[in-house]
Amino acid sequence: MTGGGIDVHGLRHTFSGAAGDVQALDGVDLAVPGGTFATVVGPSGCGKSTLLRILAGLLIPGAGEATIDGETVIGAPGRSAYMPQKDLLLPWRRALANATLGAEVAGISHAEARQRARALFEPFGLAGFEKAWPSQLSGGMRQRLALLRTFLLPAGALLLDEPFGALDAITRREMHRWLQDVWLADRRTVLLITHDVEEALFLSDTVSVMSPRPGKMVAHVPVPFARPREGSIVTSPDFVALKAKLLAALDAAGTG
Amino acid sequence: MKPPPLVRQSLGVAGRYLPAIVLLALLVAGWEAWIRVFDTKPYVLPAPSRIWRAFLEIRGTLPGHLRTTSTEAVYGLAWAAVVGVALAAIMATVPLVRRVLYPLLVVSQTIPMVVLAPILIVGFGFGMTPKIVVVALVGFFPIVVSTVEGLTGADREMVDLVRSMGANRLQVLRHVLIPWATPAFFSGLRIAAAYSVVGAVIGEWMGASSGLGIFITRSQTAFRTDRVFVGIVLIALMSIVLFAAVEVLARLASPWMYVTKTEEHQ
Repeated sequence: MTGGGIDVHGLRHTFSGAAGDVQALDGVDLAVPGGTFATVVGPSGCGKSTLLRILAGLLIPGAGEATIDGETVIGAPGRSAYMPQKDLLLPWRRALANATLGAEVAGISHAEARQRARALFEPFGLAGFEKAWPSQLSGGMRQRLALLRTFLLPAGALLLDEPFGALDAITRREMHRWLQDVWLADRRTVLLITHDVEEALFLSDTVSVMSPRPGKMVAHVPVPFARPREGSIVTSPDFVALKAKLLAALDAAGTG
Repeated sequence: MKPPPLVRQSLGVAGRYLPAIVLLALLVAGWEAWIRVFDTKPYVLPAPSRIWRAFLEIRGTLPGHLRTTSTEAVYGLAWAAVVGVALAAIMATVPLVRRVLYPLLVVSQTIPMVVLAPILIVGFGFGMTPKIVVVALVGFFPIVVSTVEGLTGADREMVDLVRSMGANRLQVLRHVLIPWATPAFFSGLRIAAAYSVVGAVIGEWMGASSGLGIFITRSQTAFRTDRVFVGIVLIALMSIVLFAAVEVLARLASPWMYVTKTEEHQ
């Protein structure tokens, strides 16, 4: 399945609260061609998650356009596969039933959904845990199950909000290699949000840098490394040079 | 060598309840000794052995009373659950209804049942109906309160996740809100079950032809304190059975709440 592209133009949003108004997004532009892996990096609280919630159709922005595969997603949930920061597995469903949740909501037949989910437990490193309750899984497994559930959604674009933020550094590196493998197998459009520059470079075709609040895009950096990328790439001179460039862009955005 | 699972399980259950059983046995033995040593009059406080004899004497008439009271308790509890959940659903959906009804519900709980029961008899007659109404009135409050809390306390992010999949309101209700509120509903139902038998008995005091309440009233007027105690013990046993039945239902309806940490996979 090759996914549709993501296009964002002039997205603005302000949250009004008891403590006053907070402008989260200030004219965000972003174009992710179909079938590519794009990442947005930015400091904490820069509005990255707000951008993703708008793309998921959960939040209606103050102004601007957002489309996936040419169709607007403003106030229209269900057009993308959204994975929030927390795994949010439903505690009352066993692993397999959690994986098929999206298919059930979409009205896909139960037997078919289960069959497709079952086939993915092996590549997602969850074989043998189909009947486990979420509370019985480790942090890494819960995260992989949440990703599996996201992959099973019948949508061309994946929106991943810091999917590995809660994991330790070693598990994280393992998950990066593994996510690259599963993504190469079906090549859907991915928009990943992170504050980890190494994660962004290792996984993406392009990395966009967002400024602190109010957020807007301040740099777009193409990542030319061939795939599949080895874990050792992160210490190669080219990778380190690109990392330095990205960190400089982040610093410039922070002070500017 | 490990014992087979069933044996281990029964040993575990026995081990859990053993201290309570030992304490109960000691209390009963102390009670018996007290009566014999101080020669207390049986119409003041009968000895456990005398209560047991009274039970054997009248056991033929008890099944009828037990059937009446248990029917009232179970029906009342069922009504409390149905009305409680319906009311909780409305209160959870419409904030205005919640703000209006909550204080009224709390005030309604301050009216003593002993005062309300005679009024209900005027309205519903001497049959089982007024007793079922009393049980339902006693039971529906804890059910409403905990179910409303369960329905409104659902994780917003979880609701958003299901919405992002394109779920409509009904699907959000089915996949998140109802399962989220199920354990809360059962903690309310547990409290209601514990009070339901007592509720039925209070209802019967005000006038009935059958039931443990009227059995106790009659025994009291005849100064048969030993029989009053038979009634008390039966009320306690019936409450325990109902409570256990609700516990079984809760385990069937929310098995994920009872996953033991020992099975944890790492």
